[in-house]
Amino acid sequence: MSLRQFAAAAAMTAIFGFAVSPAHAVTEIQWWHAMTGGNNDIVNKLAEEFNASQSDYKVVPTFKGGYPDTLNAGIAAFRAGTAPHILQVFEVGTATMMSAKGAIKPVYELMKDAGEPFDPKAYLPAITGYYSTSKGDMLSFPFNSSSMVMWINKDELKKAGVAEIPKTWPEVFDAAKKLKAAGHETCGFSNAWASWANIEQFSAWHNVPIGTKANGLDGFDTVLEFNTPLHVKHLQNLVELQKDKTYDYSGRDNRSESRFGSGECAIFLTSSGYYATAKSTAKFDFTSAPMPYYPDAQGAPQNSIIGGASLWVMGGKTADEYKGVARFFTFLSDTNRQAKLHQESGYLPITKAAYEKTKADGFYDKNPTLQTPLKELTNKEPTENSRGLRFGNMVQMRDVWSEEIEAALAGKKTPKEALDSAVARGNAMLRTFEKTAK
Amino acid sequence: MEKSVVFNGKLLPYLLLAPQLAITLIFFYWPASQAIWQSFLREDAFGLNSEFVGLENYQALFAQPEYYTAIGITVVFSSLVTVLSLGVALLFATQADKNLKGGSVYKTLMIWPYAVAPAIAGVLWFFIFHPTLGTLARPLRAMGFDWNPMLNGTHAMILVVMAAVWKQVAYNFLFFLAGLQAIPKSVIEAGAIDGAGPLRRFWTIIFPLLSPTTFFLLVVNIVYVFFETFGIIDAVTSGGPAGSTTTMVYKVFADGRLGGDLGGSAAQSVVLMVIVIALTAIQFRYVERKVQY
Repeated sequence: MSLRQFAAAAAMTAIFGFAVSPAHAVTEIQWWHAMTGGNNDIVNKLAEEFNASQSDYKVVPTFKGGYPDTLNAGIAAFRAGTAPHILQVFEVGTATMMSAKGAIKPVYELMKDAGEPFDPKAYLPAITGYYSTSKGDMLSFPFNSSSMVMWINKDELKKAGVAEIPKTWPEVFDAAKKLKAAGHETCGFSNAWASWANIEQFSAWHNVPIGTKANGLDGFDTVLEFNTPLHVKHLQNLVELQKDKTYDYSGRDNRSESRFGSGECAIFLTSSGYYATAKSTAKFDFTSAPMPYYPDAQGAPQNSIIGGASLWVMGGKTADEYKGVARFFTFLSDTNRQAKLHQESGYLPITKAAYEKTKADGFYDKNPTLQTPLKELTNKEPTENSRGLRFGNMVQMRDVWSEEIEAALAGKKTPKEALDSAVARGNAMLRTFEKTAK
Repeated sequence: MEKSVVFNGKLLPYLLLAPQLAITLIFFYWPASQAIWQSFLREDAFGLNSEFVGLENYQALFAQPEYYTAIGITVVFSSLVTVLSLGVALLFATQADKNLKGGSVYKTLMIWPYAVAPAIAGVLWFFIFHPTLGTLARPLRAMGFDWNPMLNGTHAMILVVMAAVWKQVAYNFLFFLAGLQAIPKSVIEAGAIDGAGPLRRFWTIIFPLLSPTTFFLLVVNIVYVFFETFGIIDAVTSGGPAGSTTTMVYKVFADGRLGGDLGGSAAQSVVLMVIVIALTAIQFRYVERKVQY
C-alpha cells in the first residue's frame, strides 16, 4: 500500500468510524477476571452480549492470571490509582476486600444509587450469605460458585465389590480398603484442596465451628477453634490410612485432580467445578455424590459452603460508570441467562428462579451430577457454622493449615499437635489482620 | 607545545557516568530504601491506612519459630544449589570444550534451560516428578522406592534443588565454557609435555586460571539462590510439605504477596538484604584473595 492510499484509508476509517458511533460517548467498564479455558470464552461472550444489548456502556473483560494473581493485580492497580471497575475475587479473598472500605463500592449501595431493580432475596442464600454483611447487605456480586463433592468411579467400585456409593466416612474407608485390595494400591481415596476439604467444608458439613463469631462473618475479632475432638479424629483416620495408601494425599490445590480422571483414585473429593474436565477426560462411568460425614456427629450432614468467586466493584469511579456496572449486574441476573450459564459451565446458578427453571426443564434428570452441589448447599437451613467463613489473610492461612495437615500425614506431628498449631498460627495471622483492617 | 589533550572541567565525566548512576539509583537504592521504610510500617494490602510501628515487624518476625526453620532450610538449599550448579556446569563445560562431533549442537542445547521462565521450569519438574502422574516418578516407584515429594520433606527438597540447579547450570556453563576457551592452549600443552595427566592439568593449570570466572559465578549464584528461586519453589512445592521447602525468599513472597502483610514481608527482605550484602563482602574479602587474575 502506498503512503497515499494508506492516508486515504485512514481518513475513510475515521469518517465512517465517526459516522456509525453513537452521538454520545460510550462508557467503558473494565472487568478483570481469572477465568481460563471454556470459562474464559463464557466471560467474553457475556461481555459481547451485554455490549450488543445496549449502546451506552461497553464492558471490557481482561484476563489477569489465577485467582491470587488477579486479586494482587487489583490491589496493585488500586494503589496506583488505576483500579478496574469490576474485579473478580475468589471466596477466600472476601475478608480482604470487605475490610478495604474505601477501596470498594458495596453492591447493595451500587444498585440502590443506580436505581436498578434489585431484590437480594432472589439469590440463593447459601451463596449470597458468603458475600453479605451480618445484616444481609450484599457486598459483592456472586459470579461463579461451586462446592465440594465426592467424585465416584462407578466401574471401579463395582469391580471392587462396593455395591452402594458410600455415604459416611466409615463407609468410605471400607470402600477404599476394598478398592485397594482390588488393585488400587497407590490410592483408595483422596481429595484435592487439602484445607478446603478437611477443615472448611468438613466443619460446615458437620455443623461445627471453624472459628468464633459465625466463622468470622460477624467480626474480624474471630478466634479459630477447629481443633475439636471431631477434627482430630478425622485427621487421625487419614493419618492411619495414609500409612498403607488407603488414603493418599494429593496436595493443597487441584493440580492432582487427574488422579481421578486417570482412574488411579476411584473416590476423590474435589470441586463440583471439576465436572467439565471429568466429562472430557474420564473414560469410565462416573458420578458425583454428597461429601461423606461421621454418623455419630450430631446434626451431620448440615450443609456445605461454596467456593468460587464473586465480582467486586471498586471505589472511586463516576456515577455514570456505576450505573453501567449496575446494569451489567441486572443483565447477569436474568433468569434465562443464569440457567444457561449454569448448564454450560457447571457452576451453580445464583438465583432461585434459575435453579427452579433448570429443575423444571428436566435438566437434572439427564445430568444428576450437576445437582449434587446444590443439594449439599441447600441440605438444611444454614447455621452459624455453615453460613460461610470470613477470615482475614485467608489466602495464606490456607497454606498454613495445609502445612500442618502435611506434618500430621508425614508423621512429624500428632493430629492433635498439628491442629493445635494450625489454630495457633492462624490466630496470630488473624490478629495481624485485625490490626490493619480498621 | 602541549601535545596531550587535557579535559577541563568535571562535567563530562559525570555526564558519562550519569546513565549508570541513574540506573543504580532507580533500580537499587530507591527500592531498597523503600523496603527499609516499609519494614517500619504496618499497612493493609490496599494501602488505605498505614501506621509507623517502629521495630514491631522485626520483633514479630524473630518471635516466629517458622522463621528460624526457614533460615536453616535456606542454608541447606543455597549450599546445595550453589555447589551443584557450579560443579555440574564445570563438568559439562570441560567436556564440551573438547573436540566433539556435533559439539555446537550440544553447547546450544545446554543453554536452553536458561531461557525457560522459573514458573514454567517449576511446573515442568512438578509434573515430571509428581508421585503418581510423573513420567520419571513412576519408574522410581515401580522399583519399590516410595518417592513422594508431596509428603516427604527430603524428597521435596531434592526436587526443588534439582529444578533450581537445572535452570542455573545453563548460565554457569556458558561462562565456564567462555573461561575455558580463553585459556591459552600452549600452557596446557606445555603441561602435557611435562608429563602431567588430564586431572593434574585440570587442577594445577585450568582450575586456577578459571578462578576469576568461578569467583564471579559464585557471587552471581548466591544472589540467584537467595533472590530468584521463589518462582520455582512456588510452582513445585509452594514451600511444602509442612514448610520443608520454605526458604527465606519464598517466605518474603508468601507473606507479602499471598498474605498481604507488606510490613512483615519488607522486614524479611531487609534481613535477607543484610545477609546477602554480608556474604558478598566476605567473599570479596576472603575468597577473592585466592583468585588469580
